[in-house]
Amino acid sequence: MDSSLRSTNTTTSSSYSDQRIPRGKSILDRNLNKTRGAEVSLGAQAFLFSEILQYTQKRVNGIQDLEQKLNELGYRAGIRMLELLSWREKASKRETRVLGVLYFIHNVVWKYLFGKQADSLEKSTENEDEYMISDNEPILSRYISVPKELSQLNCNAYIAGIVEACLDGYQFPARVTAHTVPIDGFPQRTTILIKLDKDVLQREEQWK
Amino acid sequence: MASYYFAIVGVTDNPIYETEIIPSSRSSRDDHKHLNQFIVHAALDVVEEVQWNTQAMFLKSIDRFNEYFVSCFVTAGNVKLMLLHDQKSEDSIKNFFNEVYEQYIKVLLNPFYEKNSLITNGQFDQKVKASARRYL
Repeated sequence: MDSSLRSTNTTTSSSYSDQRIPRGKSILDRNLNKTRGAEVSLGAQAFLFSEILQYTQKRVNGIQDLEQKLNELGYRAGIRMLELLSWREKASKRETRVLGVLYFIHNVVWKYLFGKQADSLEKSTENEDEYMISDNEPILSRYISVPKELSQLNCNAYIAGIVEACLDGYQFPARVTAHTVPIDGFPQRTTILIKLDKDVLQREEQWK
Repeated sequence: MASYYFAIVGVTDNPIYETEIIPSSRSSRDDHKHLNQFIVHAALDVVEEVQWNTQAMFLKSIDRFNEYFVSCFVTAGNVKLMLLHDQKSEDSIKNFFNEVYEQYIKVLLNPFYEKNSLITNGQFDQKVKASARRYL
């Protein structure tokens, strides 16, 4: 990591041959499968996420803004996750249908993030363009207690950002939001609501 | 050895990375370099049509211009690796694309690298040229 940073900092021209290329291992030599299956401790993740929340909270005014900021942060992570997981899962195969992408998110992405598949994938009966992915016990917000004034806030907006990045990458632009929808036995159940753009629906119509 | 023009095109049809592999025997034809960009840009339309018909990432030879062929590889994030070549050798091109794809993912994983921005990493350039020497 250090060596690749150094090599980009020393150049002032755009010609590659002028850069001082250091010898030794660089990030480009590392195997992409090296951290496959690696896990992070929940405590470390909760600590990091709480700091992220505090940081963003100071810089926004309002719940919508906070969720938007978290969404953007998740988006940046999602872009990279999409390519990496696609490559690891089945290299040289992409998804071209909505259902395929949703299954990809429901199975692969959730398994990578939380070690298990998402709990349900549903299509809304009222609107053609809405889909819902639910998680009965979201790990990310397990240690977050939301005060009454901010009861509309769902910190899984970060996860919504990741999902939005996956959809965007596969060319299915959508608006993705996270909502708390408690049911019996699972008071923390979170639903990720995916609202696809009109162009996507039109394109899907062609393939029917 | 044939000459090749390789470009990585971002989501908004902007070039992220370009390189030419010209055999040393042939003199560099500066007047035709811009033509490569035009051909690849025109081929982008064809890619957009073809990519919805197949789930493969490697779309073989999708377009022709006089004696040049354009082959394309679409990544999961809709970034296109385009190769302009004048000889058909699908397998070696496929291997080349796969190697570059791996290096691209590694560059993308850098949190300081914005998707769709120029790749200025010198080592990436070296790796691409090395892959080209090996497979093309």
